[in-house]
Amino acid sequence: MTELANPNYLAALPEMFLAAAAAVLLMIGVFVGNRSTTALTLLSALAMAAAFIMVLVAPDERATAFGGLFVTDTFSTFMKCLVLIGASVTLIMGLGYVKREGMARFEFPVLILFASVGMLMMISANDLIALYIGLELQSLSLYILAAFRRDAVRSSEAGLKYFVLGALSSGFLLYGCSMVYGFTGATNFEAIAAAVASGGEAGAAGPIGILIGLVFIAVALAFKISAVPFHMWTPDVYEGAPTPVTAFFAAAPKIAAMALLLRVFLGPFQELVEQWEQIILFVSIASMALGALAAIGQTNIKRLMAYSSIGHVGYALVGLAAGTPEGVRGVIIYLTIYMVMSLGAFSCILAMRQKGQMVEQISDLAGLSKTNPLMAFSFAVFMFSMAGIPPLAGFFGKLYVFLAAIDAGLYGLAIVGVLTSVVGAFYYIRIVKLMYFDEPAAPLDRPIGVELSVVLAGTGIVTVLFFAYPTPVLIGAQAAAASLFP
Amino acid sequence: MLLYIAPVFLPLIGAAIAGLFGRLIGARASQVVSCLAMGIAAILAVIVFDRVAIGGEVQQVYLFQWISSGGFEVDWAFRYDALTAVMVFVVSIVSFLIHVYSIGYMAHDPHIPRFFAYLSLFTFFMLALITADNLLQLYFGWEGVGLLSYLLIGFWYKRPAANSADIKAYVVNRVGDFGFGLGILAIFLTVGSISYDAVFSAAPDLAGRSFEFLGGQFDILNVVCILLFVGAMGKSAQFLLHTWLPDAMEGPTPVSALIHAATMVTAGVFMVARMSPLFEYAPVALAVVTVIGAITAIFAALIAITQTDIKRVIAYSTMSQLGYMFFACGVSAYSAAIFHLATHAFFKALLFMGAGAVIHAMSDEQDMRRMGGLWKLIPVTYGLMWVGSLALAGIPFFSGFFSKDIILESAFAAHTGLGQFAFWAGIAAAALTALYSWRLIILTFHGKSRADEQVLAHVHEAPPVMTIPNVLLAIGAIGAGYLLLPLVAADGAFWGDAIFVLPGHEALEAAHHVDFWVKALPTIVAVLGIGAAYLAYMAWPALPGAIAARLRPLYLLSLNKGYVDELYDFVFVRPAMYLGRGLWKQGDGAVIDGVGPDGLAAAALVLARRAVRLQSGYLYHYAFAMLIGLAAIVTWYLLART
Repeated sequence: MTELANPNYLAALPEMFLAAAAAVLLMIGVFVGNRSTTALTLLSALAMAAAFIMVLVAPDERATAFGGLFVTDTFSTFMKCLVLIGASVTLIMGLGYVKREGMARFEFPVLILFASVGMLMMISANDLIALYIGLELQSLSLYILAAFRRDAVRSSEAGLKYFVLGALSSGFLLYGCSMVYGFTGATNFEAIAAAVASGGEAGAAGPIGILIGLVFIAVALAFKISAVPFHMWTPDVYEGAPTPVTAFFAAAPKIAAMALLLRVFLGPFQELVEQWEQIILFVSIASMALGALAAIGQTNIKRLMAYSSIGHVGYALVGLAAGTPEGVRGVIIYLTIYMVMSLGAFSCILAMRQKGQMVEQISDLAGLSKTNPLMAFSFAVFMFSMAGIPPLAGFFGKLYVFLAAIDAGLYGLAIVGVLTSVVGAFYYIRIVKLMYFDEPAAPLDRPIGVELSVVLAGTGIVTVLFFAYPTPVLIGAQAAAASLFP
Repeated sequence: MLLYIAPVFLPLIGAAIAGLFGRLIGARASQVVSCLAMGIAAILAVIVFDRVAIGGEVQQVYLFQWISSGGFEVDWAFRYDALTAVMVFVVSIVSFLIHVYSIGYMAHDPHIPRFFAYLSLFTFFMLALITADNLLQLYFGWEGVGLLSYLLIGFWYKRPAANSADIKAYVVNRVGDFGFGLGILAIFLTVGSISYDAVFSAAPDLAGRSFEFLGGQFDILNVVCILLFVGAMGKSAQFLLHTWLPDAMEGPTPVSALIHAATMVTAGVFMVARMSPLFEYAPVALAVVTVIGAITAIFAALIAITQTDIKRVIAYSTMSQLGYMFFACGVSAYSAAIFHLATHAFFKALLFMGAGAVIHAMSDEQDMRRMGGLWKLIPVTYGLMWVGSLALAGIPFFSGFFSKDIILESAFAAHTGLGQFAFWAGIAAAALTALYSWRLIILTFHGKSRADEQVLAHVHEAPPVMTIPNVLLAIGAIGAGYLLLPLVAADGAFWGDAIFVLPGHEALEAAHHVDFWVKALPTIVAVLGIGAAYLAYMAWPALPGAIAARLRPLYLLSLNKGYVDELYDFVFVRPAMYLGRGLWKQGDGAVIDGVGPDGLAAAALVLARRAVRLQSGYLYHYAFAMLIGLAAIVTWYLLART
C-alpha cells in the first residue's frame, strides 16, 4: 500500500481548496450573519475561480490520489471547468434574486460551494466509494437548496420530493454497488474492469450479477441526469425551487452526473458496452420523446425548461449510445453548448419581473420584442439554438452526436432524434412567436441588472458565434474523450 | 444579313419596350413604339419577299449555336425560302395593320402597354416559327404563339368566361403539342438530327421503313407525320381539337383577327407545307390530313349557319377555311393551301375587324339577334364587310375565288376517292359559306333594327385609325389573289425547293386542266348560297324558323356545335375533375395531410396531453414510475439472457 503512504494530495488540490474555502466561508457566515451573504457570494465565486485555475494548471497526465480512489485526467479537467463555470455563473446570476426575494441567508453560497465540491469529486471518482461520497455530498446540498425558500410551500414541496426520490435512487445506487462488489470483489474502477473482462469471480453467475448491479447503478445515475423514466422529479423541482437554484440545477449537477455516467460506463463497464448500450438507447429515446412532447403542454417557463433539459439529456445520451470516442466527444460538446444555452435562457427567466414580482408564465413574455427588444432577441437566440437551428451553437451540439450515432450504425436512434427535435422546435419557436408577434402583455421591469446583462451578452455571443470559432471546444472535447479510451 | 434578322427581332424589341417600360413611357409611347417596330418589320418583309420569293434568292442565316449536347446539336438559324417569304410577308403586314387598328379599338382599355407588348411578342414568336431552320426552333415559336394566345384570350382576365376560354385554348393546344413533340422526338430518334436539311434529305431513305413499338410494326414516316399533324390539328383547330377556337372569341377582337384568323391558326398549315418532303412519303398521313380537313370544312360550316354571335360565325368560318387548306395539303396541293392561307389572312382579318367595328359601334353587343338595319348608320363598315364576304364566298375577281377554286380543282384532279370526297365536301361547304356569310350581313345590316334605342343612338362609324387598316385589308382581300397567283402556277417554279411534291402527286398541275363544270361549280353554289340567304332572311324571314322547327334535331345539333364540347366534358373533363377532386380530397387531404402534417400535429398534441397527465404531482407515482422502469430494465436483461 505504497499509495496510501503517498496520497498525492496535489491531484485533489482544487477539491481540497474548495472544501476548505467552504468551511471558512461558513464560519464567517456564522459569525457575521446574513448581512454577509453578498460578500460570501462573491467570495464563493472567487474561490471557484481559484479552483478553476488550479484545475487548469494541473498536469494533463492521468494521476490518481488517495490510493486510487480519485483520478484526474483530461476528461476530468474539462468537465470540472464546465461545472465550475456553471456553478459560479449561476451564483452571480442569482445575486439579485436572492436579495430581492428575502433569500439572502449566508448558507446559500456555502451550500452551492459544497455541492460543487461534491460534483468535482464525482467527476474524479475512480472507486464506487468515492463515487457515492461525491454524489451524496452534492445531492444533500441540492436537497437543501431546492427547499431553500422554506417559507414557500412549493419550494419546500420541491425539496421534499427531491429528497425522497433522491434517497430512493441512492438506495438503488448502493444496492447496485454492493452487487457489483459482490460479484467482482472490487470497488476500484480498474479492478472492476479487470474482473468484468475476466468474466467475474463467481463463474457463470458472474456476468448476470454484475449486469443487474450495473442496471441499478445506471438507474441511479439516470435519476441524477433526469432521464426518462427516472425524470419525474424534474418538472416539480424545477418549478418549485427558487429560480437561481433551478438555473444551478440545469447548469452544473447535470453536467457532473453526466460526466460520472460517462466515466462509469466507459471505465469499469467498458467491456459490457453491448449490454448497457441497450439501456442508454431506451432511456435516450424515451427522454427525447417525452422531453419534446410534454413540453408542448406547459404554461410555466421553468417547467418548460425542465422538459427541455430532459430532452437535451436524451440527445446527449445519443452520443454515449454510440459508445465511440467520437460519440463521447459529441456528448462533451453537447454538454458544453447546453450549459451555455441554459445559462443564457435562465438569465432571461431571472429577468422576468413585473412591478417587482417574479413571474414565470410563458404568456408573460408576450410582446417582449416591443418592450425589451434586446432581451427578446437574446431569448429568441437561445430558443432557436435549443431547437437546433443552424448556424447557432445548439445545431452543432446535435450535429456531432447524430453524426456519431450514424457512424456507429444507430440510424434508428438518429432518426428518432431528428424527429423529436422537429417536435421540440415547435415549443421553442412558439416562445419566439409569442415574443415577436403577439400583443404585449404587461411589460417586464427594466433594467434587468448588470450581472444578468453581462451573462446574457456573454452566452448570447458564444451561442451566435460558436460556428465561427469552435476549435477550442472541439479540441478540448476530443482530448477529454480520448482520455476515457485508454 | 440584318435584313433577314430584323423582321423577326423588331417585334421582340417592340414588345420588350412596351411590356417592360410601358408604365414608364405611357400608353401612347408604347403604341407608337410597337407599331413603329412592326411597321419597319413589315416594310422589310416586303423587301425580303421581293428578294427571296420574286428574286429566288434562298437564304440560310446562321445566328449562333443554341444547344450542343452529345450528338444533339441545334443552331439558331433562319431559313428564308419562298415559303418563308410568303408567310413573313403575310404575317408582318396583317400584324402591322392589326397593331394600328388596335390603337383605336383598345383606346379605352386601361392596360394598353400590356396589350401591345403581347401583340408584338406574339408576332415575334410567329415569325420565329416561320423562319425556323430546325424543328426545335419551330417548336419554340409554336409554343410561344400558344402561350401568347393564352395570354391574349385571357387579356380581360377579370371576365370568368375569358379565363375559362384561355385555359381551354391552352389545354386543347397542349394535347396537339404533345403529339407534335412526340413527332419531333421520333424524327430525332430515326434521323439523329432535327435540322431541316438533314431531315428532308433522310426522308426518301426512310420511306417504307418501319419500326417496332409494343410488338407491332409501324411505318416510320406515317407515324411521324400523323404525330406532327396532331400538333397541326391543335394549333389550326381541326375537327376533334377545334373546340377552343370559338371560345377564344372571348379575347379582344384584334386578337381574334390576328391570332385566330390570320396567323397562329395557320401555323399548322404552314408546318404541313414545310414538312412536305416528309408528308409526300407518308401516304396514310396524307389520307388522314385529307379526311380531317374535309370533315372540318363541312362540319364547321354547318355549325356556322346557326350561330348568333357575330364573332363565333366568323370563327367557325375560319375553321372551315382551314379545313380547305388541309385537304389541299392532303392531295399534295401545298401551294394551293398556302395561297389560300395568304388570301384568307387578308379577308378574314378584314371580316373580324369589320365585326369589331360593328361591335364597337353597338356598345360591345355581339349577338346578331339584337342588331339589324345598321347599313345606313355605318356604311363604310358595311361596304368592307361586303368585300370580305365576297372574298370569303369565292365570288369571281375577289381573292378567295382564286384560292378556293384552285383547292377544289386540285382535290377533284387528285383522282382519288378521298380527293372526290374532299371535293364534294368542299363544294357543300362553299354553298354553306355563302349562306352564313350573307346571313351575317343581312342580320347585322338589314331589316329592322332589333337593338334598343340607347344603343342605336350611340352607333357611329369607327375612327379612321380603325377604318384605314380595314380599307387596306380590303384592298388586300381584292388584290392578293392577283398578286399571289404565281404561287399556284402549274409549273411550281415559284417555290423552288421550298415545297416538295412527289412525282405522281401533281394534283395542282392537273387542276389547271379539269373540266369547265368543275371550275364553275364553286361559283355557282356560292351564288346559290347568297340567293338562299336572301330568300330566307330578307324576302321570307319566317323560313329559317320553319326549317329549324321541321328539322329540329339537326338544328339543335348545329346550334350546339355538334355536342363535341358536351362529349369532351363527359369523356375527359368530368372524369379528370372527379379524379382530381378525389386525389385532392381523399389522397392529399385525407391521406397525406391527414396522416402527415395534420395527423402528426394532432398526434403530437394528444401525446403531449397524455405526457403532461403523467406528471400527477404525487410522490408515490413518481417512485412507482422509477421502480417500474428499473424492473422493466432488469426483466429485459433476464429475459434476453435466457
